[in-house]
Amino acid sequence: MSYVLIIGAKSDIAKEVARTYAKNGYNLYLAARESSSLEDLKQDIEVRSGVHVELKEFDITAYETHENFYSELGEKPLGAIVVSGYMVEQKLAQKDWNESLQTINVNYTGAVSILNIIANDFERERRGFIVGVSSVAGDRGRKANYIYGSSKAAFTTYLGGLRNRLYESGVNVLTVKPGFVNTKMTENLDLPEKLTAEPQDVANDIYNAQQKGRNVLYTKSIWVLVMLIIKHIPEFMFKKMSI
Amino acid sequence: MSLISWGMYPKIKNQKFSLRDRASLSEYMSNTNECIPFGNGRSYGDSAINEHIVYVKPYNNFLNFDENTGILTCQAGVLLSEILDSFVPRGWFLKVTPGTKLITVGGAIASDVHGKNHHIEGCFSECVEEFSIMLEDGTIKAVKKGDGLFLATCGGMGLTGVILEAKVSLKKINSKFINQTTIKTKNLKETFEAFENNKQLPYSVAWIDCLAKDENIGKCLLMVGDFADDGNLEYKSKKKLSIPFNFPSFALNTLSVKAFNWLYYAKAPDGISKQKVDIDTFFYPLDAIGNWNRIYGKNGFTQYQFILPKENSFEGLQEILGEISASGKGSFLAVLKLYGKENKNYLSFPIEGYSLALDFKIEDGLFELLDKLDEIVVKYSGRIYLTKDVRVSKETFEQGYPQIDKFREFRKENNMDSKFNSLQSKRVEI
Ligand SMILES: Cc1cc2nc3c(=O)[nH]c(=O)nc-3n(C[C@H](O)[C@H](O)[C@H](O)COP(=O)(O)OP(=O)(O)OC[C@H]3O[C@@H](n4cnc5c(N)ncnc54)[C@H](O)[C@@H]3O)c2cc1C
Repeated sequence: MSYVLIIGAKSDIAKEVARTYAKNGYNLYLAARESSSLEDLKQDIEVRSGVHVELKEFDITAYETHENFYSELGEKPLGAIVVSGYMVEQKLAQKDWNESLQTINVNYTGAVSILNIIANDFERERRGFIVGVSSVAGDRGRKANYIYGSSKAAFTTYLGGLRNRLYESGVNVLTVKPGFVNTKMTENLDLPEKLTAEPQDVANDIYNAQQKGRNVLYTKSIWVLVMLIIKHIPEFMFKKMSI
Repeated sequence: MSLISWGMYPKIKNQKFSLRDRASLSEYMSNTNECIPFGNGRSYGDSAINEHIVYVKPYNNFLNFDENTGILTCQAGVLLSEILDSFVPRGWFLKVTPGTKLITVGGAIASDVHGKNHHIEGCFSECVEEFSIMLEDGTIKAVKKGDGLFLATCGGMGLTGVILEAKVSLKKINSKFINQTTIKTKNLKETFEAFENNKQLPYSVAWIDCLAKDENIGKCLLMVGDFADDGNLEYKSKKKLSIPFNFPSFALNTLSVKAFNWLYYAKAPDGISKQKVDIDTFFYPLDAIGNWNRIYGKNGFTQYQFILPKENSFEGLQEILGEISASGKGSFLAVLKLYGKENKNYLSFPIEGYSLALDFKIEDGLFELLDKLDEIVVKYSGRIYLTKDVRVSKETFEQGYPQIDKFREFRKENNMDSKFNSLQSKRVEI
């Protein structure tokens, strides 16, 4: 059975995405920095699902290594899922250029770098799928989170363009926009229960949407509505609000 | 977000520590005065509730499976449903499973849960070969069957430490189907006879109509069965419906319970009928609707589950069912089960006899009714199931558990009583 490549495999969402694909019979390449720390997850998935899991060392901001990384994958993957993300508090990113840069590089530049390579291969082979995990935060610039948000907005736009380009070769591109998710990252925030998804549910949504060849997925689905409203608040009002 | 239990009562503010690795748990414990482990919150009451909670569910890796012995090693946050998803297609099933698969392995051990086959297989602890647990000072102990810590922890409601990993032995099956026989009875006498006549079958459970009166008291649908042998193991969990919000509290009144019971009993033809049903339908009918607890409204509900020794079961049940039907406070769910021999664990619930479990909406007058039922349970030397309880008094509780002092001493000797506490453990002083 074919491989799925998961980039940024250390996050809570990635872990559940990996388990979900494995459960459905896919072998996995799990790519992350210090990938040896994923030994437990590899073991878990192999016991759970009996598929084959390979850990791959990968740094999304080390662009010069990306060509090599991809060409050295034994069997080329059938699909690639980019889950890596970087988020610090807005205030910190505002003050510290390195934090801003890291946000942009992980969420956008690095993702573009690796996906360019993968897209070329998939287009040539006329097969495969790409999933990019972006964020509802990219739908509108907000004072509370616009550095992270703008990097995700750029990624969303990139994925949209890629989807258009690859359509002809039969390669589907899915843009995922999670809202609040109950993860390590959000552990200490007081999130509204009705808007907060569990990583397992996000993973299931991603799997189902990808299998159906969908284009854009909001998860939880209630976020379609929330963002529809937020996007349509006129700017002169929006700038006075503290959303 | 505060964590609440399945009964949605009581609701208190709490802070959770999500367990992901041993090192940070031990650090957390050294910085926390008091805490209680929390699995997936499927206990109904306050046994997993406190201001500080160790949320174990994120600690959920599978570690090893031995095809020869059927022994699975996994972390305590693994859900039983995850085990089924992985292993039913490979021909394995849990030796003991409660009526929901959405519980953690840690929660199954801490409540020493039982299934429809208690009279044959006993409690969950029977299939736990060993486990590891983090004690109050952060040390980790490997615990084997028969150890003092094993007897205290299985059924110990999280009051001895945080269970980390466990070796659970699975049983071979050759089908995802159960051959089920449904027997319709007219009263408690017939119900008991039907149970006894089908004792040789591994699985049995009865749904009682608890609004039935007088000579119809104890009428039920008894379901008995065993796994089929057709080699079909294509098991996939069903997609579940979900109840999106709390029902208004008037939705559940005597009338709707009556209507439900009427429909349910009308569905089954008279006498005996046979069906082939799948694992989810047979073992986990309630899991088909996610969040069904919300039908009881936002004030929550509770489950009252007691067990009576066999020699007193008939009289006791007759009296209790009479009391309930007179009160008019019915319950969709009134589940009667037959139990086999009790085990040696200090606080495990089952004893040889019959147990009844009933759901009640939390409302005025309910606790008074339950106090009355307690008196009958005490009179007949029965006991209350801690994992379902939010209200039992210290005295009622103690009367049912003769090993309670041993448990208390054990906790004291090992300094567990200062670190691990739930609202429940404080109420009943264990
Ligand atoms: C629909 C339904 C049907 C049910 N049917 C049955 C049944 O047939 N038979 C039966 O016996 N029970 C039944 N139950 C009850 C359920 O099986 C138990 O309450 C079980 O313990 C819940 O497990 P949990 O993981 O959700 O734990 P929680 O509810 O979160 O916790 C329950 C107890 O376990 C402790 N605990 C949890 N994890 C750990 C850990 N890692 N280490 C130490 N302590 C821990 C907690 O402190 C608490 O005392 C049913 C519940 C529901 C909702």
